[in-house]
Amino acid sequence: MARVQAGVTTSHVPAIGAAIDRGQTETDYWRPVFAGYEFSKRWMAEQRPDVIFLVYNDHASNFSLECLPTFAIGCAEEFTVADEGFGPRPVPPVLGHPELACHIAESLILDDFDLTIMNKLDVDHGLTVPMSLLFGQPTAWPVKVIPFAVNVVEYPQPSGQRCFNLGRALRRAIESFPEDLNVQVWGTGGMSHQLQGPRAGFINSTFDQSFLDRLVDDPDALCQIRHLEYLRESGSEGIEMIMWLVMRGAMGERVREVHRHYHVPASNSAVGHLIVEPNS
Amino acid sequence: MNDKEEFDDIPGTTVFTTQRSRQGFHLNQFCMSLMKPENRERFRADEEGYLSQWALTDAQRDAVLRRDYNAAIAEGGNIYFLAKIFATDGRSFVDVAAQMTDMTVEDYTQMMLNGGRSPEGNRSIREGR
Repeated sequence: MARVQAGVTTSHVPAIGAAIDRGQTETDYWRPVFAGYEFSKRWMAEQRPDVIFLVYNDHASNFSLECLPTFAIGCAEEFTVADEGFGPRPVPPVLGHPELACHIAESLILDDFDLTIMNKLDVDHGLTVPMSLLFGQPTAWPVKVIPFAVNVVEYPQPSGQRCFNLGRALRRAIESFPEDLNVQVWGTGGMSHQLQGPRAGFINSTFDQSFLDRLVDDPDALCQIRHLEYLRESGSEGIEMIMWLVMRGAMGERVREVHRHYHVPASNSAVGHLIVEPNS
Repeated sequence: MNDKEEFDDIPGTTVFTTQRSRQGFHLNQFCMSLMKPENRERFRADEEGYLSQWALTDAQRDAVLRRDYNAAIAEGGNIYFLAKIFATDGRSFVDVAAQMTDMTVEDYTQMMLNGGRSPEGNRSIREGR
């Protein structure tokens, strides 16, 4: 049977991808950001997961305003890397796992979560930057990826509680897949940041640190955070952190914290990164 | 109180609601067209001509031509869509964020290195916190 091996959360700031692609990771500005992922890359090489269920958001790359699903699951065999306005990132193609993706889609929909099925999906920095942070710059990604896009761009985004509950159902779905697979669940985006208007550059480290603590020990409290509180306390783009709750929901009651990293700034954002393992 | 009625109480912030998505539909769709290199070329060659293909309001068209991102947001633009314009211009998110906050890039970058814009006084206009 498939098993949930571990959970990872990380910010997916596009400038991080640009720094990797341009070989700038050792500059004074970027070194402290990437230092926090050195352990993670070693850990990942030991874990050797088969599949990443990668929760991210599309940044007006695949989904225009013609059609904007709240939850969309990528069921294709391959996902093209999007051109976000300056050419696609020079990263390998992202290969899917259609059998597991279709199984999860069926399981979640029958569990009352209304997913949009994507048989064609272009993926952007929201997905590729976390891959680069955890796997470096290989010629081919060493895992299959199931992209799972959450609308965090247009209000109303799904609630944190909804994302957490989806994560719980996701675990049941993964564990009922007959093939012997190690599956990691990643939640990406965040932490506090605001990219628009006169309040751009907003960072709330107190909120972020508390969020990291409670993601480990008290996720139920995080599920109660409303849209307005995310907007006021973590910046207009900080609500991306609801995607971390999908990961946490999939981990079960208790987790073991393996690694934590927090740094300000990367471009306009606070960078947060957490690795946890289910404590079962 | 409906949370949505509180959105205007957040300083310097425009929340991209379903209504704003309606208001900015054509503006944001224009932005997405810049994901194709050939469209970027056509836009660079003749901005006004390229924009005339899209059903933009005068205010939206003017905001794009002046690269006034705060004005574009007020007219229904969303920053992730507008990012396609400044990517076409070869500008970074930091450059444009500095512009939107009326700071130099140097001052803005230093503010971020110092920990970013403080939440103190930036949560609520009415409550001054």
